[in-house]
Amino acid sequence: MTPNSETELAEAITAAQGPLHVQGGGTRDIGAPVAGQVLSTAGLSGVTLYEPGALTLVAKAGTPLTEIEALLAAEGQRLPFEPMDHRPLLGTTGTPTIGGVVAANVSGPRRIQVGAARDFALGVRFVDGTGQVLKNGGRVMKNVTGYDLVKLMAGSWGTLGVLSEVSLKVGAIPETEATLVARGLEDDAAVAALSAALGSPFDVSGAAHLDAGANGGQSETRVRIEGLAGSVAYRAARLGEGVCKGWELVEAATSAALWLEVRDVGSLQTKPGNIWRFSLKPSDAPGMAEAIRRAHPEAACVFDWGGGLLWVSGPEGADLRPKGLKGHATLVRAARETRERLAVFQPESTPIAAITAGLRHKFDPRGILNPGLMGG
Amino acid sequence: MQMPQPDASILARKDRLVAQLQAILPEGCVIYDERETKAYECDALSVYRCPPLCAVLPETTEQVAAVMKLCHAEGVPVVPRGAGTSLAGGALPTADSVILGVARMNDVLDTDYPNRVIKVQTGRTNLSVTGAVEEDGFFYAPDPSSQLACAIAGNIAMNSGGAHCLKYGVTTNNLMGVTMVMADGEIVEIGGAHLDAGGLDLLGLICGSEGQLGIVTEATLRILAKPEGARPVLIGYDTNEIAGQCVSDIIKSGILPVAIEFMDRPCIRATEAFAGAGYPDCEALLIIEVEGSEAEIQDQLDRIITIARRHNPVELRESGSEEESARIWLGRKSAFGAMGQINDYMCLDGTIPVSELPLVLRRIGEMSQEYGLDVGNVFHAGDGNMHPLILFDANKPGDLEKCEAFGADILKLCVEVGGCLTGEHGVGVEKRDLMGAQYTDADLEVQLGVKDVFDPKWLLNPAKVFPLSTTEGRRA
Ligand SMILES: Cc1cc2nc3c(=O)[nH]c(=O)nc-3n(C[C@H](O)[C@H](O)[C@H](O)COP(=O)(O)OP(=O)(O)OC[C@H]3O[C@@H](n4cnc5c(N)ncnc54)[C@H](O)[C@@H]3O)c2cc1C
Repeated sequence: MTPNSETELAEAITAAQGPLHVQGGGTRDIGAPVAGQVLSTAGLSGVTLYEPGALTLVAKAGTPLTEIEALLAAEGQRLPFEPMDHRPLLGTTGTPTIGGVVAANVSGPRRIQVGAARDFALGVRFVDGTGQVLKNGGRVMKNVTGYDLVKLMAGSWGTLGVLSEVSLKVGAIPETEATLVARGLEDDAAVAALSAALGSPFDVSGAAHLDAGANGGQSETRVRIEGLAGSVAYRAARLGEGVCKGWELVEAATSAALWLEVRDVGSLQTKPGNIWRFSLKPSDAPGMAEAIRRAHPEAACVFDWGGGLLWVSGPEGADLRPKGLKGHATLVRAARETRERLAVFQPESTPIAAITAGLRHKFDPRGILNPGLMGG
Repeated sequence: MQMPQPDASILARKDRLVAQLQAILPEGCVIYDERETKAYECDALSVYRCPPLCAVLPETTEQVAAVMKLCHAEGVPVVPRGAGTSLAGGALPTADSVILGVARMNDVLDTDYPNRVIKVQTGRTNLSVTGAVEEDGFFYAPDPSSQLACAIAGNIAMNSGGAHCLKYGVTTNNLMGVTMVMADGEIVEIGGAHLDAGGLDLLGLICGSEGQLGIVTEATLRILAKPEGARPVLIGYDTNEIAGQCVSDIIKSGILPVAIEFMDRPCIRATEAFAGAGYPDCEALLIIEVEGSEAEIQDQLDRIITIARRHNPVELRESGSEEESARIWLGRKSAFGAMGQINDYMCLDGTIPVSELPLVLRRIGEMSQEYGLDVGNVFHAGDGNMHPLILFDANKPGDLEKCEAFGADILKLCVEVGGCLTGEHGVGVEKRDLMGAQYTDADLEVQLGVKDVFDPKWLLNPAKVFPLSTTEGRRA
């Protein structure tokens, strides 16, 4: 089913007799496999409002991301949260949509500085599991009118409702960028350096570390700064005198290419087996990586967000989550059989699971929207 | 403004309830004497007052849980309270409610610089969070003007903002985790020192839920390294249109100031009379602040000034020193106090798309004439969050009602032009009955459904946020 308007979307959901597999472009095939008729938002397409001077954009959920990025670029703007493209990592094809970005709360390396998709989502329109058209938030940058269901919808993977329209805060493309690069650092030294850089006043917008397994035998650690040319030069120099002493300076397009690779986890794309994504306290990341490598010597790791985001490639079917994990992990890439067997999303504590189940029941009492995708 | 009738059976049980609360709390944590409960009869929206049945001031999360368990079993409504600075009546009690104040829970539990987080009990004041880390070069970014007094608890409940949120975001963008006591007394942990949610974003839902989903007792907050420096420029214009255009041009140019503040003529005149900051007597005044090293500041200010000059300012004053910066900010910071000198005032908080600024200011001016009440505008222009201050005389019969009607008209106008009723102060009781202007019945029903999940008996701050008619069947 590919409804062409919000009204048709509402009708399709109202009339549904069984489970629906909600999709934007279908490029982020993550979660427990969903049996059900495909409901695509691809027919809901188009930017409905763009005000560069107010940093706001409103688009229908099925609008291709490329269309939005091109429109923004023409005004010197972009989506600051740097949403990753999952296609190369997952081996999917298709066209990523803006609704999918919000529904999956997709962000990238700049999340550490500016926030995730959830932080840039100003408003949503969506259809709940009973076919009702609902809205929350709006198109203004500050809004505390009623509960913030925008945050709740962001990252709900289509399990609470099908987004029909999203409003976003956008930002300016900076004049230039630069990256400081170190090679051969151990994980703990790298994360300590990234922490120090992020704890400096120099407004670091990317802080990543690729371990030796991920980076062809020698680890690489990267710190990015962006802004006005003079300011970038100044901050690069200051970092270079301090925490990044002796690191190589890489500028402009060469710098950008490094971050595209981090964003899309380029260095793990060709690794066989599963891909895990851990969100954790940065200083816990080296220990976690170490423990995983001890159990699975072939595992390779990419640390983003100064260590707060750990990408790991591991063997097919092994659950890499330690007991009592402080944070959460998602099994981003795995065979269908593995995804049916292992919890793809982090299992929740009993009281949280009860709240989640209660909310799902309110939004989708028939349990027809991507049932089971997030577990529970 | 109406509040529900207090439950007579609860009023009749006061002595027994107080004894039960005393049994589970340390000495001195239950306030029940009528002379003392008066201290909790209102928040900063002081035109509405009602002393609670009693107030409790627990010292630990476990004590909060014990209070909630008892009130849940007894069917007694609970109104959470931080510092009581809400401008929306969020902490206003009913006569049959227990005020649960977290003011005595104000410890720093953990300061973690490598991971750039601080964990605090939520009774801690906003400014003292920064106070705990600033010697080490860090700060907590959301900075409501009330930061000296207001507590993190209230900041989370209202999703408060501040002058610098253009760059750093509001509370929800800086909150990483909470410990929360549910309506039935269960203690839950949501989030922590890591980013984003593993499942549904419950943290995002709780932030801004105005004390209706649980009692937040501890919070993990993101802290940031202090910038090397900051400096403002003051720019005056002849018309609001031009000032609005200047703001839009600056934003479009790609510069990201940390603050863009706006004051209109009535407000400028009032603050000049009060604080004498030396502001020009013009129609619209902008204060724009940028951060960084000295050279970075200069670079950004030069660019801003170039744009500003294109619009022929009547005044342009670049700060060259800390002293001059303080003078530029002086008037803005005393704006509320200055208006308060003239008369009682009601502070509104609607947000509008920045492009609608001139239209909205013009309409507010016209309405001011129609209602015969003066109004001054001071607000965060970068994000369209307006704060019209309507002056009225609380002692003059009918003036408050007139002021409320005027305020409601302004907020409806904000919604009409594509904005919202409240940008950072919250709905509370103040905007409760206007929710229908922004949301359909179905939009509201789904929000009520969320509260059903967290608080099935509707005991937590039940008479707030939603029009009473929509919650009638749910409230006990
Ligand atoms: C002069 C002045 C200037 C202000 N400036 C700003 C500004 O710039 N920006 C801004 O955003 N606001 C501003 N405010 C409004 C106010 O300060 C904020 O809303 C603040 O966050 C309230 O905090 P509080 O601790 O005083 O909360 P309270 O007033 O005590 O309570 C506010 C709400 O929070 C709930 N609550 C309190 N504690 C808890 C808890 N532990 N768990 C769950 N819910 C709880 C209450 O039930 C209530 O609904 C200003 C107020 C004044 C008086």
